[in-house]
Amino acid sequence: MNTIETIKERYQQLQSNNGSSALTPIEQNAFNSFTTLGIPTVKHEEWKYTRISSVFNKEYAFNPENLSSSISQTDLDSIRFPGYEEANELVFINGLYSPQLSVIRSENLTVISLEEATRNEHRELVLQHLGHSSKYIKDGLNALSTAFAAEGVFIHVNKGDIVEHPVYIYNIVDARTANVLSQPRMLIYVAQNAQVIFAETYATFGAAESFINQVTEIVVEKDALLEFYRIQNDAAHANQVNTTHIRQIGKSLVNTVTVSLDGGIVRNNLNIAMEAEYAESHFYGLYFLKGNTHVDNHTVVDNVKPHCESNELYKGVVDDSSTAVFNGKIFVQKDAQKTNAYQSNKNLLLSEDAAVNTKPQLEIFADDVKCSHGCTVGQLDEEAFFYLRSRGVSERTAKSLLIHAFAIDILEHIKPEKVREYVDQLISERLGVEVG
Amino acid sequence: MLSIKNLQARIEEKQILNGINLDIKAGEVHAIMGPNGSGKSTLASVLAGRPEYEVTGGAVEFLGKDILELSPEERAGEGIFLAFQYPVEIPGLTTTNFIKTAVNEVRKYRGLEPYDAVQFLKLMKEKMALMEISQSLLSRSLNEGFSGGEKKRNEIFQMAMLEPKLAILDETDSGLDIDAIRIVANGVNKLRNKDNAVLVVTHYQRLLDYIVPDFVHVLYNGRIVKSGTKELALELEERGYDFIKNEVGQEA
Repeated sequence: MNTIETIKERYQQLQSNNGSSALTPIEQNAFNSFTTLGIPTVKHEEWKYTRISSVFNKEYAFNPENLSSSISQTDLDSIRFPGYEEANELVFINGLYSPQLSVIRSENLTVISLEEATRNEHRELVLQHLGHSSKYIKDGLNALSTAFAAEGVFIHVNKGDIVEHPVYIYNIVDARTANVLSQPRMLIYVAQNAQVIFAETYATFGAAESFINQVTEIVVEKDALLEFYRIQNDAAHANQVNTTHIRQIGKSLVNTVTVSLDGGIVRNNLNIAMEAEYAESHFYGLYFLKGNTHVDNHTVVDNVKPHCESNELYKGVVDDSSTAVFNGKIFVQKDAQKTNAYQSNKNLLLSEDAAVNTKPQLEIFADDVKCSHGCTVGQLDEEAFFYLRSRGVSERTAKSLLIHAFAIDILEHIKPEKVREYVDQLISERLGVEVG
Repeated sequence: MLSIKNLQARIEEKQILNGINLDIKAGEVHAIMGPNGSGKSTLASVLAGRPEYEVTGGAVEFLGKDILELSPEERAGEGIFLAFQYPVEIPGLTTTNFIKTAVNEVRKYRGLEPYDAVQFLKLMKEKMALMEISQSLLSRSLNEGFSGGEKKRNEIFQMAMLEPKLAILDETDSGLDIDAIRIVANGVNKLRNKDNAVLVVTHYQRLLDYIVPDFVHVLYNGRIVKSGTKELALELEERGYDFIKNEVGQEA
């Protein structure tokens, strides 16, 4: 049975087994969209450089509840971020949240199923925000995620400071017996005055293929602070399409860093809808690629209200036969006067077989704004290279030091020291240089 | 220590060095002077192994070894140090981290054990005091946002850390005021001993007031056209390079 049929079968099964809930119409709509839109091909404008449809030529299992997961504590320990002893830890196995393996330490943090959230005081929030990403991401994969939204989780960050206990999210795929399709889904609500730090990572166990279709929708209220760090360092046979959709509905501060180090085909959609005056966001990305890894970062900043500020910097180091795509859109709507929006994408191309496609796009409908964008693709600076070598540093080490120097200013935006050092360690090990 | 015979070099299609002959012995200070475009910096670059230059003829022996076949890092390992005219700014790489890497790679080349953190720190403290350079400067990204004087002091500090046998100073005085020149020269003088040598490349005589040369050579059109003692530098200062050009012209 091909994967599309597997998906359809599971959908029918769940719909008839679970009965009707407040999410049913949302799921049904989404499923219809999925049926119409299908898996995006390179003919889709937003998928020109990323051939995700080929992944679906293979057969994938899509029954996370039945795949008797053999994920052990040792497996989990092998991917935990340092500082986990103090952190909240949310574990997803094959896309499904595992309350057994998760640890909630903060009183201000609530994690329940989306379905359950529609039956309590969060009902209105869920119905208002769930699926909002589809206004920006109009493709079958986004719809596919929403068609199974009831399996997702609702995360509520209450007023108060939980920065001391960051929220670590681990997405584990058990691909020991079959190719696995998984769909972790989250709706995160960061309440007024709340402060929260998320750090998320992915790990595939087993030699079969993994395809993660993840959608994370985040709502940030007035005077709230959201930091979101994502580290992608999965196996070469692990693919993912990842949508993070952030709505700043109050004057708030958002800081995100996306670090992509390894994987098969990785697509990151990051949307920031700045829907309140004086909202501020900073988003950074680093992709450091080798082998045949393909990483595609599609970002959208939508300035809806006046006086917002956004800074975007993505840097790439692209080696071997790897490929990278950067597509950064900035919209400034006609009411969004006094917008400051900056975007930059810088790439180091280290091999003849590597490639980068970079495309900044500005669409400005207001007349009193400051926007800038720029992109560069280049090689290591020859003069700097000679300078290091003239002091006795070998060719290989000089190259590593220069790459590390290029990457480091992205890492500096990872504010939690332990997470930053963890990422720096991964990069330094790859380069064979010592940190510090 | 260094023996240059009939050295010829070009960059792209432009021939710059047209047969340089020069011998430097341990303990000596040589100055290379000359008008702009005479090939002074090219000579310094070729000795350090800058890849843009192609050696088209001649030979360079350093401590009995043909260095023209060696990579820049191997030359540094052998004991050649080039202080850059324009030290490169590298954001994201701290000076300390860089020097530690360089010192240990050079030690490895020389068959010595790498310094551990404690030994390295001790050496650094010692040289920092000698060169009057501050810790805060070394904690910053390499040369990034440094003043002209700070960059040149950092060059000499790196030289102190690497303990070369032959130090080549490429227009180290350019862009420096007299106080900065004095500090840099002072640093160089502290490092001088009977076993090492210094090659000072400069357009002006003033640096030579502080780093006093044993020999002065005048480079013109890619050749050494006149050699003498430190008095030659003073004469150049007084009479300008035109008198050299005229002399060379008469000979031709």
